[in-house]
Amino acid sequence: MEHLVQFYAIYGSLINFIGLNALLALSLNVTLAAGMLSLGNAAFAALGAYTAGILTVHYHLPFIPAIAAGAILPGLAAVVLGLPVLRLKGVFLAMATLAFGEVVRIAAVNLEITGGAEGLTGIPNVTNVWMIYLALALAAYFVAVLRRSQLGWGLLSIREDETAAACLGIPIFRYKLLAFVIGAMLAGLAGALYAHLNYLITPRDYGFFIAVDLLIYNIVGGTRAWYGPVMGAALLTALPEILRGIGVAAGPIRMGVNGLILLLVILFLPNGLASLINRPRAVTATPEASGQRA
Amino acid sequence: MNLKVDTISQHFGGLQALSSVSFEVAPGAIHGLIGPNGAGKTTLINILSGLYRPSGGRVYYRQKALHRLRPHQIANLGVARTFQNIRLFPSMTCLENVQAAQHLIAGRPLLPQLLRLPAAGKEDRDLEAKARATLGRVGLDGKAAWLAKNLSYGERRRLEIARALAANPTLVLLDEPVAGMRRNEAAQVADLVRALAAGGMTILLIEHNMAFVMALCTMITVLNFGQVITTGRPEEIRSHREVIEAYLGREKSHA
Amino acid sequence: MNLFAQQLINGLFIGSVYGLFAVGYTLVFGVLDILNLAHAAVFTLGGLSALWLAQHAGWSIWIAFPAATMLAGLLGLLLNAVAFAPLRHRSDSQFSGLISSIAMAIVFEALSLGLFGARAVRFPAGTVKVHIWQLGPSVTITSLQVSIVAVVVLLMVALTLFLKRSRAGKAIRAVAENERAALLLGIDVRGIIAFTFFISSALGGAAGILYGLYFDSLGPDMGRSIELKGLAVIILGGMGSIPGAILGGLAFGLSEVLTVAISGTSNLRDAVAFMVLFAILLLRPSGLLGRARMREA
Ligand SMILES: Nc1ncnc2c1ncn2[C@@H]1O[C@H](COP(=O)(O)OP(=O)(O)OP(=O)(O)O)[C@@H](O)[C@H]1O
Ligand SMILES: [Mg+2]
Repeated sequence: MEHLVQFYAIYGSLINFIGLNALLALSLNVTLAAGMLSLGNAAFAALGAYTAGILTVHYHLPFIPAIAAGAILPGLAAVVLGLPVLRLKGVFLAMATLAFGEVVRIAAVNLEITGGAEGLTGIPNVTNVWMIYLALALAAYFVAVLRRSQLGWGLLSIREDETAAACLGIPIFRYKLLAFVIGAMLAGLAGALYAHLNYLITPRDYGFFIAVDLLIYNIVGGTRAWYGPVMGAALLTALPEILRGIGVAAGPIRMGVNGLILLLVILFLPNGLASLINRPRAVTATPEASGQRA
Repeated sequence: MNLKVDTISQHFGGLQALSSVSFEVAPGAIHGLIGPNGAGKTTLINILSGLYRPSGGRVYYRQKALHRLRPHQIANLGVARTFQNIRLFPSMTCLENVQAAQHLIAGRPLLPQLLRLPAAGKEDRDLEAKARATLGRVGLDGKAAWLAKNLSYGERRRLEIARALAANPTLVLLDEPVAGMRRNEAAQVADLVRALAAGGMTILLIEHNMAFVMALCTMITVLNFGQVITTGRPEEIRSHREVIEAYLGREKSHA
Repeated sequence: MNLFAQQLINGLFIGSVYGLFAVGYTLVFGVLDILNLAHAAVFTLGGLSALWLAQHAGWSIWIAFPAATMLAGLLGLLLNAVAFAPLRHRSDSQFSGLISSIAMAIVFEALSLGLFGARAVRFPAGTVKVHIWQLGPSVTITSLQVSIVAVVVLLMVALTLFLKRSRAGKAIRAVAENERAALLLGIDVRGIIAFTFFISSALGGAAGILYGLYFDSLGPDMGRSIELKGLAVIILGGMGSIPGAILGGLAFGLSEVLTVAISGTSNLRDAVAFMVLFAILLLRPSGLLGRARMREA
């Protein structure tokens, strides 16, 4: 027990960040399941963070309802954004969600209620490690069940071939919107928890490069099962600590290792680190196939 | 009547792909749709499955108007199809291709599923057994774990049929189901189609191989340049003057 | 009014640099249908290596500029060989190519951090002699601005002539149009794709140098600020369209300075541009000058 306390005293903030990043990665995983490349989930997290933070700071709402609002508002925003945007495909969807992310960031810089460029301060520090990991566990369970449900199969079919999926009875647009909204709510939840972990949130916390990070977690870990994005987030969030542990201190090297890991995974492990775990499924396929389940 | 195509027209810009096409398909029939390249056969199937909205005319299936419905609504009325250019789920296994189609009819809504932990296990196993049986019907039970994209051409066509069947349809639209198949493979598919029709399913199929069509179909509609030349039984079609001309004319233009 | 005219002029100059950057971006997209997110990192390395050549090797900017541009082109070849060529046969190459270009962007950014340090740097004083011309009571134009536009125009004319007239240029257009057909025509598609990356990255590097000269400041993160702008510009102009990228760049540069001039704050600078981008995506996804792609049925 004492060891645990000591461990947490040293690595507490790392552990918290792994949990939050894993939650964010899972939020994107739901959208990626349907083949939708969204760069908007960081912005949804920002919406959740600001919503919950503003509610507790300015309106003195209790923590739980504030967190709930932090998940629900991004969900509503996802409906409004998704209705026009989800008709776009591939990089065009990525660009539109990216533009949305920039607009959210610029709004946060310019509005008064968000605290402008300096950010929103004085947020009560209520989130703790078990809340983060409870949320993560629930989200992971949710994603695992989702994969086996009607919606989950429908999303996978949409990713594989939209036209064929429609002809099998899948309401393409409704399913896509649903996935987009679920992703936004999970991201919002992560944002709301983050806001109450840190006293302070700023517009920089959820920019374009965070959105790209979420994508990287998914690719490095693998998008096919819930544990993929969790693994990816854990590894890459802890990587600076790990490197420091083995004596690599220089910033550029750490960054370069990050990039190299991503490159090696995309070139040689198209289904991410998770595919190292669930080998048995691929073994029965043709030899060529096992490396190619992209 | 089971399926009623009523004065369907379709144009793409200036091109009249279908003009006032009408015919009917009886329940349990194996109805062939033939005609030279570019006659409009695939266009008609695309209209029947909701991918195109016709420029004019109506389609009814079991008294329901299909021409205003979206593809997924039509599928939910029990209409399944295959594609001339094969549209499988390429990076899923054969089994998963069939399961994906199955899950849409087998229910499994998300919310109840969330609250009911491992009880779903038995149901999953039952569904999987059913999916394997469906693969067996097209002779792919040995390849359940193969990725769809690694199958041979003929196997892909058969997997597409299996996927269509997994959705439990009452009407199946097959766009050139045996194109590129070896003879014995095609004969297998013909047997399957006969068995399905005997079980009460209605089949509408496009095919260029005349011998295959004549031997299999109970009724045939001939299209040429977007117009119906005639609808009739195979022996009537064989001796129909305009049909012969349409096909001979095509041979000539190819030479 | 004079302030306004001055802003217009500034907007056109910076817009031409955005346009140059975006042309490289859009060239690769036009040929491969892939977004190369490492383009901004090449832009950074181009600018920083020209600076190094001018400062530490003591070269004149007129030699450092083409040398660093070539270097950026070589980075493009590397990029293609490592991040794109190995993925080309994959069915999801659009997606995996995007990811591997992100990976290379990170590696390149680490490289520029390691080689050139984290601090913002500037070209040594007197790298380019700057004359200031008075156009009106308070409207000025500098020789630097004029040279920048001259270089951009020169490069664009050269690129256009190259694509229209030369054999390699025609081959690039053929591959962009239809890769399979180009292969049947006996075109060395792989070589042409590599060459496209060379040109695209050289243009990106050149843009980085001009950007560094214009703002008199370079740093390992300078690519980050232009990355999003470049994306916005190529969408605005139509993905794959070269004149579209130039016009989009000018429009973006103008919208930036005008937003600042009208709102009086630089905070809203990007907001207008991204809202326009958003609207274009929804109303005309093919961009202002792009061709509408056929929809498959
Ligand atoms: N989406 C579309 N846009 C424009 N023209 C189309 C479209 N779909 C089909 N056509 C045209 O309509 C005509 C009929 O095409 P269709 O594919 O229905 O022919 P088909 O009878 O199936 O021929 P095949 O035997 O070669 O498959 C052709 O001229 C085709 O080019
Ligand atoms: Mg056809």
